[in-house]
Amino acid sequence: MGLVMLKTLFDKVWERHVVVPQTPTNPATLYIDLHLIHEVTTPQAFTVLRERGLKVRRPDRTLATIDHSTPTLKNEDGTRPYVTPQAEAQVALLLANAEEHGIETHGWDSDHRGIVHVMGPELGATQPGMTIVCGDSHTSTHGAFGAIAFGIGTTQVGHVLANQCILMPKPKTMAIHVNGELDDGVTAKDVILAIIAKIGIGGGTGFALEYCGNVFRDMTMDERMTVCNMSIEAGARCGMIAPDQTTFNYLKGRKFTPENFYEACEDWASLATDTGAKYDREVHLKAEDIRPMVTYGTHPGMAMPIDALIPTSKNDADEKALEYMKVKGGDAIAGTPIDRVFIGSCTNSRMDDLRAAANILKGRSVKSGVIAIVVPGSENIKREAEAEGLHDIFTQAGAQWREPGCSMCLGMNGDIGAPGELIVSTSNRNFAGRQGPGVRTVLASPETAAASAITGVITDPRTITERAA
Amino acid sequence: MFKPLKTVTSKTVILPASNIDTDQIMPARFLTMTTKAGLGEKLFNDWRYNKDGTQTDHYLNSAAAKSCEILVGGDNFGCGSSREHAPWALSDYGFRVVISSEIADIFRNNSLKNGILPIVIEKGAHQWLLDHPGEEVTIDLKTQEVRLPKNGGTHSFEVDAFSKHCLMEGVDEMGYLQNQTDAIAKYETTLQSS
Repeated sequence: MGLVMLKTLFDKVWERHVVVPQTPTNPATLYIDLHLIHEVTTPQAFTVLRERGLKVRRPDRTLATIDHSTPTLKNEDGTRPYVTPQAEAQVALLLANAEEHGIETHGWDSDHRGIVHVMGPELGATQPGMTIVCGDSHTSTHGAFGAIAFGIGTTQVGHVLANQCILMPKPKTMAIHVNGELDDGVTAKDVILAIIAKIGIGGGTGFALEYCGNVFRDMTMDERMTVCNMSIEAGARCGMIAPDQTTFNYLKGRKFTPENFYEACEDWASLATDTGAKYDREVHLKAEDIRPMVTYGTHPGMAMPIDALIPTSKNDADEKALEYMKVKGGDAIAGTPIDRVFIGSCTNSRMDDLRAAANILKGRSVKSGVIAIVVPGSENIKREAEAEGLHDIFTQAGAQWREPGCSMCLGMNGDIGAPGELIVSTSNRNFAGRQGPGVRTVLASPETAAASAITGVITDPRTITERAA
Repeated sequence: MFKPLKTVTSKTVILPASNIDTDQIMPARFLTMTTKAGLGEKLFNDWRYNKDGTQTDHYLNSAAAKSCEILVGGDNFGCGSSREHAPWALSDYGFRVVISSEIADIFRNNSLKNGILPIVIEKGAHQWLLDHPGEEVTIDLKTQEVRLPKNGGTHSFEVDAFSKHCLMEGVDEMGYLQNQTDAIAKYETTLQSS
């Protein structure tokens, strides 16, 4: 009468990748199925390889692209206006390193280039049951497919390049259940912001998250990626969703999708958490309680329903954040004047996001004095959006339609705001100075960003749709 | 490659703000660097320098701070990005220990790889440190203790056995993984496709 070990999705994927088991004195050696690399967090790792005479162990399990330091504008002569010569040199170095080591690279000449966390899934390189790492904390995005995916630093990028493994103790697991029916106008972005507001920006530290419940089951892959993307904003290095028919439908026919697809799907379906398996912690939210969310402070945990009043500060840190944001506790956040809108980033730059924004901007105009930029997540998305005519909707509304890249998510490629400006942004971090020194960031869904672009103030998108109806 | 860390006795630099994120430690616009050289100069750049490049009166610009090896941050230190530029800059500046009530996973992990000991300490001792800037504090990694002067007492902290070993001996994890090549090769034979 053997006891059946009930396992979580995380446990099952973890166990498949243990090369050397964890002991009381040593971490596990974990095999990495897919290593995504980009220009910012790899140069010093390739230097280490060179210094030690090491090779890339599995170039066939490594994929490179350029996204962080790349300009989102193009000059008329086809050249690109890099923010600094150093940014251009960094991009050139990635391309040279990847070529030297025989790594498949999606650079300027590729039809698939894009933000690394948009590109991986599009190519079907991201698959259920995999371990995926990248020198970028938003690698958690790939957990939407039921992969263990997490960000690593440059030292570990070197470890994976040379050994295809990392050393890591097994994290604890946390289930986040959201069940019920979301109101119209409540998006995946609102769901994840509500989760982060509930558990806090350190609430997930030391945990791997699993998002459970009908709300996630009912989401598209684009929406699931938005949710998993921001797991790190709750302190969790990875966040996963069990693979299901939605996942399989997405992956069918993509470049790296396995040839024995149906067999693979059967295996992937078996990864779901066993009924009755235990997590170290469980959190429950009711879908009906979630409203469109925006941030009002200087970290993603300082998020609130858009139709509520700004919470009064409970401590010095909160007070400083409100001061930086130039907002007051007890005031409404809706109606706050804005300067810019950014629609893009690995959180919200996919087709679902662009369609949602276009749906609101269609036949309307960006408020005079507001700068709105829309940055597709990849060359694929750019093409698809243009085929649907979305770019025309954006440009006719007075928004800019840019080249794919990380853009204004982090102020390192020239896309930044001016000091003091307020930006409604579909990205993932509202840290002080993230979008340029002194810039104030309000995180929101594409719908809220688009609605705010039209009115010039922070706007509940539900009020816009009502007006149109 | 870093110097082994066994004990550190030093005055502390206190940065009392909560949730100090990696964009504060190392703003993204400096991430186009392709080496680690000189990153200490950019550490907390936007706190330490005015727009015209002149220094602010931030404590980190003082000669006293530059001789300190222990940084005490407010609650939840190091959240945000995976940029290793953050611990590289701390290390280049001269810090070997970072103490807070909570430390973000990726930052913690990156610090350990660069000879920086991240210490999560109980609230009372954390508050004592925040309230006593500039006191000389001893960190003993072997006994896993933070020894505070005056009435501060001695406080233990947790560190996993492997990280402790690596820090104390200056062990390089790349070498450790290279020694597992046979196990890795064996595992790879079980993979269906490449």
